[in-house]
This record gives sequence, structure tokens and C-alpha cells, in this order.
Amino acid sequence: MRLYVTLKTAFRALRRNVMRTVLTTLGIIIGVASVITMMEIGKGASLAIQKTMTSIGANTLVVLPGAASAFGVNFGAGSVVTLSPKDAAAIALECPGVRSVAPIVRARAQVVYGNRNWVPTYIYGTTPSFLTVRDWEELDRGAVFSEHDVRNANKVCLVGQTIVRELFGGLSPLGQEVRIRNVAFKIVGVLKKKGANLMGLDQDDILLAPWTTIKYRVVGTSLGGGNQSATNTANSGEVNSLNQIYPNLQQNLYPVASDTELADSPQPIRFTSVDQILTAAASSEEIPAAIAQITGLLRERHRLKAKEANDFNVRDMTEITKAMSSTTELITRLLLYVAMISLAVGGVGIMNIMLVSVTERTREIGLRMAVGAEQKDILRQFLTEAVVLCLLGGVMGIVIGRGSSYVVSKVLHWPTASSVEAIVASVAVSATVGVVFGFYPAWKASRLDPIEALRYE
Amino acid sequence: MDLIELRDVHKIYRLGLIDVPVLKGVSLTVAAGEFVSLMGTSGSGKSTLMNILGCLDRPSRGEYRLEGREISGLNPGQRARLRNRTIGFVFQSFNLLARTSALDNVMIPLEYCREPVADHEKKRRAAEQLAKVGLEDRLDHQPSQLSGGQQQRVAVARALVNRPRLLLADEPTGNLDSSTSRELLQMFTRLNQDEGITIVIVTHDPDVARTAGRIVTIKDGLIEAIAASPGRAGEAA
Ligand SMILES: Nc1ncnc2c1ncn2[C@@H]1O[C@H](COP(=O)(O)OP(=O)(O)O)[C@@H](O)[C@H]1O
Ligand SMILES: [Mg+2]
Repeated sequence: MRLYVTLKTAFRALRRNVMRTVLTTLGIIIGVASVITMMEIGKGASLAIQKTMTSIGANTLVVLPGAASAFGVNFGAGSVVTLSPKDAAAIALECPGVRSVAPIVRARAQVVYGNRNWVPTYIYGTTPSFLTVRDWEELDRGAVFSEHDVRNANKVCLVGQTIVRELFGGLSPLGQEVRIRNVAFKIVGVLKKKGANLMGLDQDDILLAPWTTIKYRVVGTSLGGGNQSATNTANSGEVNSLNQIYPNLQQNLYPVASDTELADSPQPIRFTSVDQILTAAASSEEIPAAIAQITGLLRERHRLKAKEANDFNVRDMTEITKAMSSTTELITRLLLYVAMISLAVGGVGIMNIMLVSVTERTREIGLRMAVGAEQKDILRQFLTEAVVLCLLGGVMGIVIGRGSSYVVSKVLHWPTASSVEAIVASVAVSATVGVVFGFYPAWKASRLDPIEALRYE
Repeated sequence: MDLIELRDVHKIYRLGLIDVPVLKGVSLTVAAGEFVSLMGTSGSGKSTLMNILGCLDRPSRGEYRLEGREISGLNPGQRARLRNRTIGFVFQSFNLLARTSALDNVMIPLEYCREPVADHEKKRRAAEQLAKVGLEDRLDHQPSQLSGGQQQRVAVARALVNRPRLLLADEPTGNLDSSTSRELLQMFTRLNQDEGITIVIVTHDPDVARTAGRIVTIKDGLIEAIAASPGRAGEAA
């Protein structure tokens, strides 16, 4: 009731001098409008940055097998075999902080097409979700191999642009067959160009195939971290007709069984391992949570006791995430400063006009006191006027700000994103500005002596 | 019972190091329902006295009882309430809010009632008062659209809207021509006689003073004379 009366009085007072009211609020209008526009452009920019960062793998977490050490000699990460494809499946199922998971089996081998050959930086045996993890779903041509291909260890693959250039001279490789260690892979899709990663490695120099195919048909056993490159010397004494055509890349620890022997006693695979598990956190904020979830899950799955050390490592792209968060933080902070400055300017404008208004209305104040207004009534009235002014300005500012950010996105094609926080904040801030900058004039008004105020010319 | 009771009231203004005594021991009683006129030369302290009577100011020394209650003991809030409920002011310069309708001007004191008044009730009471001063067809006029006399009548309506017992008018006719002055004073007389409102009016005009029941003359901060008004005395005789 009291508030309603005060509000009505405030509106009546503001209506009495419309022009001044409008001019006074102009400061706040411009302030809030620029805050909203900036916030929306800034948010659009930081979303765009975030998206770019994601595409270079900022949210990627790599799970590597642990390090083996014996007699004080540490063999480095990945030197033991602890990760299985089932671990990958479990992570996908049970870790809410993880967006996507792909197991990876690595190989290093020569890829042959016709009379050309090439050793790609990456030959990855994986699942279709690899592309989701790497934010690389859109293909240049063709289609991704399917889960079905993974289950059946089908001999299909995707190739990156560098391979297309090196092996096919830029011609379409779709449907062609390449051979890796004598296994023919049909090319079903071509990846889009991604360029070099932050370390300068060419990310397009890649061949992706179902991990089952790479594992069982190409590698045979896990590489266990030790890369076997084409420079490895083949078992020289071995007699193998194919070895004479292609270099044998496999290191055979045991005497090689003849085909008949193999057929007679097939070796059961005891443990299907993968070289690493690539995961993508749902967002950069969730990286720590995702790491904790993966660690907990894998410890449980690997039946590690409380005191035992992890037999795996989870790596995140600390450097990139840091760069990302500091970039967005910088943008936000910059905008905050701009916002504060423009609102402070608007607030000073309000204070200025309110002071003028108090002087101009000295007699009115005297009269109100003479007919029964107390100091606190006068204080409340002028404070309410200031807050109403600021809120009006705030609302106008929101409308204009949203409008101009719309124009910016339509005309300049800058990315913008609507920001509810900006709206809530600018309403809160303009009310605060009203109170803060309205207080001094209101206080001055309330301290007037009614007798002098009535006599004021 | 006496509505106003002043006993040995002093008012001293302090200008830097010098004390300026303006009222030097004023004693005066005004009974409920009386019509008193204050006269005196300019600077004799009439306005100062009126401000004290209106609880806008406090005596430096001496006692002031309004409705039997000592005023100097009241806090600012209580005095504001007293001004709101018990006292109506009419000023020489009408002190109406510009660009505000007569009705809204009259409603101002109702905004500060401690017990809230509903909007339509406020409007009704303000319109009633404006009708009483003969402005029932000027409710929506703004001060700039009214003559001086009409403006002063709006001010009177505003002073009366809370039904005060005491009406204080400091040179209410100072800005009006003689015929409008006469109308206004007739209105005061009517309010005094018909509604029993106690009126204290400051004036330089002996004709005006004659309307009152009693004339109090102030000189140099002291009451020089208290006389029954000749006009009224004649009536009474
Ligand atoms: N606030 C003040 N400070 C100092 N002197 C004052 C103040 N108000 C009034 N006076 C002095 O008191 C005297 C009486 O003033 P006032 O009561 O206004 O006279 P009037 O009878 O003309 O209404 C004047 O001499 C004036 O200068
Ligand atoms: Mg005077």
C-alpha cells in the first residue's frame, strides 16, 4: 500500500517533466543497451572460440595404459597392457561427464596403392565415435564405417587429405583399395581437412579403420607402446614369400608357426587390449569431473586396491584448456569493465539531474514537510524516483540492446548469443545505480529545513 | 479549553557568533473556535511565531502547548503527524505543485496520513474540499490555468483536506487584489463560524484584521496589544 502510494507519487513527479525524465534516463539507457549488446556479442564470440577450441581437441581426455617398471627401469607410459575395449564401453556408459569415447589401436605401417606407398603419421583402429570425440563428424566425401564394420572387423577405412594427396594425387579415392601389411582396405570415406595440430603434426595424415580390423588383421598383438616402423629390421632368416615383396614389420618373439600348425592349434587371444582410449569431456568445465569419473571407474574395473597406484593415466589438454578459459575470462572481464564504466557514467548523470531536481523542487519539499511528510518520507520519495528512473532506463536499454545485437548479428554477421544473465544483471545493476546515485540527492532533500525550503526562491 | 497556549516564548536565531533575538517572551492563548489576526510591521517576528505555532520550528525557550500537549517534547515524527492531522497551512505564495491538477494538489496531505486512505476516498475528500471553496468545476485545472484567488482557494482546500482543528495563514492575501482578498476572508469567516475551525491569520491590512474576532499586535518580538476586533465587537454589542 505504502509502496504503491510512493510509486504513484514518483510516477506523477516524473511525468511532470517528461523531457527531463527522458534525458536523465538516456545515460542509463545507453549504458544498459551497450552492456547488453556487448554481453551478447561477447558471449557469441566466446561460444565461437569455445567451439574452435573443441575442434582442436581442448576437451579431449586421453586414457593411456600405465608404465611398467622393472628393477628400477621405467618403460614409460603405455608400456603395460591394461586397457581393454570394454573399458571404453564402460566409460561411455557410466561417466556422465564424458560426451563421447573411442578406443584406439595404433599401427605404423606402409600403406600401398598401386605403385605408390606412404607411411601415415597415424593409422588408428577405432570406432565411429572417434570422429565425435575429435569433432570431425563432417566428411569430405563418403561415409563413416559403422559399428557393424567394427564388430565384423571389416576391411574398410577412412583416409585424411594428406593420404589422398600422397597416394591418389588428389583424385577421389572412394571405393579404391589400399593395402596395409598386405591387408586390402576399401576406402569408404574421406575426412575433411583439419591441418596441423598444436604440436605441428599433420592431422590429415591419418587412416582410420575399425579397431578390430587393425588389431586382429594388421597388428596381431598390441604394439605395447613400442612403435614398429618400417625401419625395423625384419626377421632376416625367415622365409616368407611376401616378405620379399613387402618388408615384414612384425617382430616375432617366438618361432613362427607354419600355416598348418596355425590351423591345427589356433592361439586363443587372452586379453584384447587397446593402446589408448580417447574421450571427450562434455564441456571444458566438466573436465575435472570427467577425469575423476574415469579414474574411479577404471580403478574399479581393474580391481585396484586402495593403496595400489593407477595402472593407467588420464591426460587432459591442460595447456589448451588454460588458454581457452583465460581467453573467455579476458573477454568477460573486459566487458565487465566497459559495463561498469558506462553504468557509472549513467549513474552520475542520474545523480546530477536528481540534485538539480531537488534544488528545483525545494519548495515542493518544504510544502510536503509542512503538510506532514517526515524526513524518511522525502528520502523514500526521491530514492523511489531515482530507482524508477533507472529501471525505466534499464528496460529501455534492454530493448534497445537486444535490438542492436540483433542488427549486429544480421548486418555484420557477428556471432551473438542472447544472455539472460546480462538482462538480469543490468536490471539489478540499474536498480543499484538508482539507489546508490539517488541516495545523496534524496538524503539532501530530506535534510532540508521546511521553513527555509518554503521561503526558497 | 485553550487550543493554543504560549508561555514566555523566546526565539533566538544564531548568526555566526551573534545571537539575534526575534521573539522575546510571547505569551498568548487562543481558545478553540477563535479567529485571531496577527498584525505588526515587517520583521517584527510574525512569521517566526507562526512557524512555532505550526510546529515547523521550536521555541528556543518557553512553553508551547497545542491541544494541551507540550510540543517541545515531541520528536520530529510526532510533530510531522501533528502538522498532518491538526494543523492546516495557507501561505502567501500559494505553494501549489506546478503541472499538477487541483485535485492532486489537494490530495497531497492525504499521502502522509499514517492510516492509509484508499484512492477513491482520497479523491472524494479532495473533491469535497474543492467544492467547499467553490472550485467544484476546476478539479482538473493546473495552477497555471487558475487565477491567483482560485489558486489560493486550492491551497485552502489542501489545508483543510485532513479536517484540521487549526488553520494558520501567513499573509494569505499578500499576493491577491483587494476584491479577491475579501472573498478569501469571507471564506475564512465562514469556515470559522460554520465549522468551528480555529484560525490564526497574519496580515498587514487593517481591513482584513477587522474580520477577525481578536487582533494581536506584535512589535519587536513582543506582544504590544491584544484587542477585540472593532468589527466583531460591534457585532457582539
Ligand atoms: N533563519 C533566520 N535566521 C536569522 N534571522 C532570521 C531568520 N528568520 C527570520 N529571521 C529574522 O527574524 C526577524 C523576524 O522575521 P519574520 O518573523 O519573518 O518577520 P515578519 O514579521 O516580517 O514575518 C527578521 O529580522 C529576520 O531577519
Ligand atoms: Mg513574514
